[in-house]
Amino acid sequence: MRNPTLYELQHPGHDPEEESQAHHHPFLQHHFEDLGQQHEASNLGMWFFVAQEILFFGGIFCAYFVYREMYPEAWKAGSHHQNWQIGLFNTIVLIGSSLTMALAVWGAQGAKRKFTTLMLALTLVLGTVFVGVKGYEYREHIHEGLFPGAMFTYVDPNPALTGGVQLFMTFYFAMTGLHALHMIIGAGLLIYFIRRAWRGDFGEEYYGPVEIMGLYWHFVDIVWIFLFPLLYLV
Amino acid sequence: MTTTTIEDAPFIEPSATAPRNYLNDEYGVLSWLLTRDHKRIAILYLFSVTIFFFVGGIFAFLMRLELLTPEGDMFTSDTYNKLFTLHGIVMIFFFLIPAIPAVIGNFILPIMLGAKDLAFPRINLLSWYIYILGGSFGVFVIIAGGVDTGWTFYTPFSTQYSNSHVFLTTLGAFITGFSSILTGLNFLVTIHRMRAPGLTWFRLPLFVWSMYATSVVIMLATPVLAITLVLLMIERVLGVGIFDPKLGGDPVLYQHMFWFYSHPAVYIMILPGMAVISECVAAFTRKKIFGYKFVAFSSLGIAFLGFLVWAHHLFVAGISIYSAMIFSFLSMIVAVPSAIKVFNWTATMYKASVSWQTPMLYVLGFIGLFTIGGVTGLFLAALGIDVHVHDSYFVVAHFHYIMVGGTIMAYLAGIHYWWPKITGRMYPEWWARLSALLIFVGFNLTFFPQFLVGYVGMPRRYHAYAPEFQVLNVLSTAGATILAAGYLLPMFYLAWSLKFGRKAGTNPWGAVGLEWATASPPPKENFHETPTVTWEAYDYPAFLKAMRETQETKHA
Repeated sequence: MRNPTLYELQHPGHDPEEESQAHHHPFLQHHFEDLGQQHEASNLGMWFFVAQEILFFGGIFCAYFVYREMYPEAWKAGSHHQNWQIGLFNTIVLIGSSLTMALAVWGAQGAKRKFTTLMLALTLVLGTVFVGVKGYEYREHIHEGLFPGAMFTYVDPNPALTGGVQLFMTFYFAMTGLHALHMIIGAGLLIYFIRRAWRGDFGEEYYGPVEIMGLYWHFVDIVWIFLFPLLYLV
Repeated sequence: MTTTTIEDAPFIEPSATAPRNYLNDEYGVLSWLLTRDHKRIAILYLFSVTIFFFVGGIFAFLMRLELLTPEGDMFTSDTYNKLFTLHGIVMIFFFLIPAIPAVIGNFILPIMLGAKDLAFPRINLLSWYIYILGGSFGVFVIIAGGVDTGWTFYTPFSTQYSNSHVFLTTLGAFITGFSSILTGLNFLVTIHRMRAPGLTWFRLPLFVWSMYATSVVIMLATPVLAITLVLLMIERVLGVGIFDPKLGGDPVLYQHMFWFYSHPAVYIMILPGMAVISECVAAFTRKKIFGYKFVAFSSLGIAFLGFLVWAHHLFVAGISIYSAMIFSFLSMIVAVPSAIKVFNWTATMYKASVSWQTPMLYVLGFIGLFTIGGVTGLFLAALGIDVHVHDSYFVVAHFHYIMVGGTIMAYLAGIHYWWPKITGRMYPEWWARLSALLIFVGFNLTFFPQFLVGYVGMPRRYHAYAPEFQVLNVLSTAGATILAAGYLLPMFYLAWSLKFGRKAGTNPWGAVGLEWATASPPPKENFHETPTVTWEAYDYPAFLKAMRETQETKHA
């Protein structure tokens, strides 16, 4: 004995073998109905991913604020070891990379193959400059004995603050390190997209991946916009 | 219908006409390891979580053996610490959290939505590989000598004093977290963007609502655990004092951050259970779920309120009395949406012609045990009682009633309910009922005595105890033996059913819902043509009426 399904009952004489013969875009994945649905799904996915990232960074920001409340003096002393001119330079570099990223999305929408590739490459260059400068700053800090743990040899003029400065530097390295890790992952993705853009994959119908890449890149930039004042300017 | 075609054409080779489904579409190990089919990924998860379940179960059983006698005569206290730690870590991170979403959800959710697959099939496969990577850290730690911090990794013990493999374990938990984040993200996007035409939000099965709520919690809570574990690893590796009071850190902050994830994680574990229960209640009572919208929104309510109660784990950790009072109040509020669900399921069963197949037996078990677990949760939310029973076996019994009595009962209900859909075969009903009975009896015998022994003062996490607690502990160990038998039985009869089980057919339960509108096992693309939904969720009255009419026309 076999129970009919509600669907069968409501669609008598329906032939399930009848396949739709719609036109398929080469980048339309089989499980989506059309490119519009695919685009919306990928976009939403990246927004959810960004939400997840906000909570990820949110946790360490929260811990930062707790200790900032507990040790305001040490936090002040620690931030004096940051070179705000270098930080500002890096901030400008990063905002510039956001601009080139946004232009790349615009170029992809308009199927401007060379322009898109150029803008993505510029974004990659600016991102690399940022990470390079960050590396230089790290080297300076390590040189000063400010890297937390066994390598921490720094003694504050006010010795009572030394422990707090180490805590500040722990947060400094953890927060900027996680941020730099996101930049490096973003750079890797950029290389992949430069290749695809040069190949001419993107156009009016299909530019979603570049747009999603842009969402990620802008998010990582915004994290820096918060990190810069919190760690350099206090 | 397809089978009659085969019988009518005996001269065509069977392989050419055998109905193609997701299982026989491709063959070979690689066709499984590189699959992007959500159904095959669900099977991969089914195997992996089952292995971890039995590994975690062995740890539990060894603990129960140790606790047969008051003296710590079987294991040293050090080994015992490692046993309960590994039991907790394996069961929570590697079994309970992925079990229902990644196995049942992965398989059923896209079909329920009338979709061909999840929105991101490759990310779905990636999540399984991440899970396996995290899990292999867990396995490595088990082989290399274990970890003894308790599954909560409380600082400063975990960062400064423990000599066990804390770093590798937390790294494993950190990695596994991303596997569940990716699953949650995939579910959310799929529910938003991949619903079949006509499948409006309020026509969704309650399973989908509950999975939606679960995914929101996974997405917003897990990253906080990830960053907390990162800070813990930094502290342990560098020897700095993020959470160490001796170096200026704050251990209570660690507890806040840990429980900001880990309390919502309780809802990551129980909400999918509730998802399964809603489906089974409707199918075996052949009724619409009483108060559909209330049950749907109570899932979101639990997800939301679940974020506001974490500090009830810190009542004796030195938080201020005012925040303790507020968290106590909020913790009690969470009971409201949970109670709405229990009342509505019960109201659905009222005056229904209930059929007592195995999934429904598990449902009854779930409702009873979850209620006991929930009400004792209220005891613990009350400040005064919590101080009395804190860190006692009362707490152990409470959360096992939720996690084992709730989630695992629901998991087994779901496995039995969808088994015919997954495999195309029925499980043997008699054996399944026997195992459900064994599990119910064994569970209660294991954990009810722990309420009593905890209330009179037996602390958790010790390998030795005062002799006057022995009777209750022996009962508990006896129950664990029965429980183990109950868990082992399905391994055998479900495997048996793969070859010898009765063919299930498309819709063995006579249930509504899109997953019962496609073949068992489903074809690779789930539906040959995207279905259009024209009915409300659980529209059993229309279904039964339509079925009567077809039968009348047949007879006429």
